[in-house]
Amino acid sequence: MNNLAIEVKDLVKKFGDFTAVDNISFNVKKGEIFAFLGPNGAGKSTTIKILTTLLHPTSGEIKVNGKSPISEQDAVRKSFGIVFQDPSLDEELTAFENLEFHGVLYKVPKEVRRKRIEELLKIVELWDRRDHIVKTFSGGMRRRLEIARGLLHHPSIFFLDEPTLGLDPQTRNQMWQYVQNLNKKEAITVFFTTHYMEEAERIAQNIAIIDHGKIITEGTPTTLKNQTKTKTLEDAFLKLTGHQIREEEASGIDHLRMRKQMFSGRTK
Amino acid sequence: MNAIYILWLRQLKRYVRSKSRMVGSLGQPLLFLVALGFGFGPIFQKAGGGNYINFLAPGVIAQGILFTAIFSGIELIWDRQFGFLKETLVAPVSRFEIILGRTLGGATIATIQGIIVAILAILVGFRPNIATIPIAILFMFLIALLFTALGTAIASLLEDFQGFQLIMNFLVMPLFFLSGALFPLSNAPNFLKIIARVDPLSYGVDGLRALLVNTSSFGLITDVVILVILTALTLAIGSYLFSKIEI
Ligand SMILES: Nc1ncnc2c1ncn2[C@@H]1O[C@H](COP(=O)(O)OP(=O)(O)OP(=O)(O)O)[C@@H](O)[C@H]1O
Ligand SMILES: [Mg+2]
Repeated sequence: MNNLAIEVKDLVKKFGDFTAVDNISFNVKKGEIFAFLGPNGAGKSTTIKILTTLLHPTSGEIKVNGKSPISEQDAVRKSFGIVFQDPSLDEELTAFENLEFHGVLYKVPKEVRRKRIEELLKIVELWDRRDHIVKTFSGGMRRRLEIARGLLHHPSIFFLDEPTLGLDPQTRNQMWQYVQNLNKKEAITVFFTTHYMEEAERIAQNIAIIDHGKIITEGTPTTLKNQTKTKTLEDAFLKLTGHQIREEEASGIDHLRMRKQMFSGRTK
Repeated sequence: MNAIYILWLRQLKRYVRSKSRMVGSLGQPLLFLVALGFGFGPIFQKAGGGNYINFLAPGVIAQGILFTAIFSGIELIWDRQFGFLKETLVAPVSRFEIILGRTLGGATIATIQGIIVAILAILVGFRPNIATIPIAILFMFLIALLFTALGTAIASLLEDFQGFQLIMNFLVMPLFFLSGALFPLSNAPNFLKIIARVDPLSYGVDGLRALLVNTSSFGLITDVVILVILTALTLAIGSYLFSKIEI
């Protein structure tokens, strides 16, 4: 029972009378790299927000690292790191200060904190810019900083909500290499979403596909391809979720995203 | 180092780095000091009110604190819009610590702002008691705490800046103008006295006058007691509202 990092049973989330997450159940094993895929507005981010204590579910049972995100928030919060879909850095602080802030909040002892900050900033190649204000960073640099931050307290579960959005291929590859490495060496569980199917195919050990708030299928990349008799995960994905663009949701969300980016002066 | 300290430090760093904000928020108090101080001064003196600058300065200091404090609290909306709030909310830190750190940070900034206004006032002729200045600064911090907590509590309820104008016009401005910051309450009509009695800033202004220029309508003890109670209450309500935030 306790080799599960994430347990979700009959999870429902309603916003008013709109059901964003519609009675989903799935498990993620400890040490697994799990991809949560689905078209725009499928309910991926909503599910992640519920698992990470940011949203209260309407109903259902959830466990993260064996603890409830509703009644044992602190224990759950200690156990995961997260890279949000939307920006979440303090733009008025420097790269170093953003990490320092995080490290202190997560009670990482000073010595360890400083060492890890240096290590992580070097990995994401921001060490030279550590004292620059984040406002002056490009989208990709911010993303890298967020990834470094999410790992600073050595979480046992790492949530990545479209982490590679807006990253160039170099950075994307490097980032996944690092995450895979971490997964192997430290058995860290990785739960991620992405719209790049080849990325999911290459990285994920297990995949769940969600559409309109419902999980439509689950399995390894190979199972999904076999199941749909397709050659690539992208084809499998399209076969399973249809070719239709999620007009309403898609345009609504993109709109919101654009506004958010304009607001924060961020271009991608 | 702990969570409260780092949250406090963050507020301070942001304040120090935004010079325009610092300078910008001094414009209004300066305007009040010069326009009202020099404009009304002679009449006030003729009417037997004494030195108007000395009367006005504590009120304008309180105003500087009020505005900066409310703004610092409301800054929570920025954090929400720019996304940084998420980072704070997923951290394994009690919501009360978060709100306390933020509030202490905002209150420190507002107190600094109050001190700068006081210095400006001295430059235009304000002559406070020197001996009580340290206590006055502590008292300023108390005022700052109350209104930062109030700003944060309000911001917990708002998702964006649409309600901001409403807050300025129907909360901050009335709090200031009805507090007796600009005119002596003792000669005011009764209805105004009653209103001033329910305006928490009145006790702030009154306490500052008690400490800096030895005049008071309520008495310093009353001022302190009321402000402490209100601050505790506002903080409690604020951290409750804050803990209910969903993103
Ligand atoms: N706070 C909210 N209030 C109302 N509706 C919401 C809210 N948050 C999300 N939704 C709706 O819930 C649905 C799922 O949104 P969610 O952000 O989980 O999608 P997603 O799968 O992450 O999509 P994307 O790939 O575009 O990020 C969408 O239709 C969205 O409009
Ligand atoms: Mg999403």
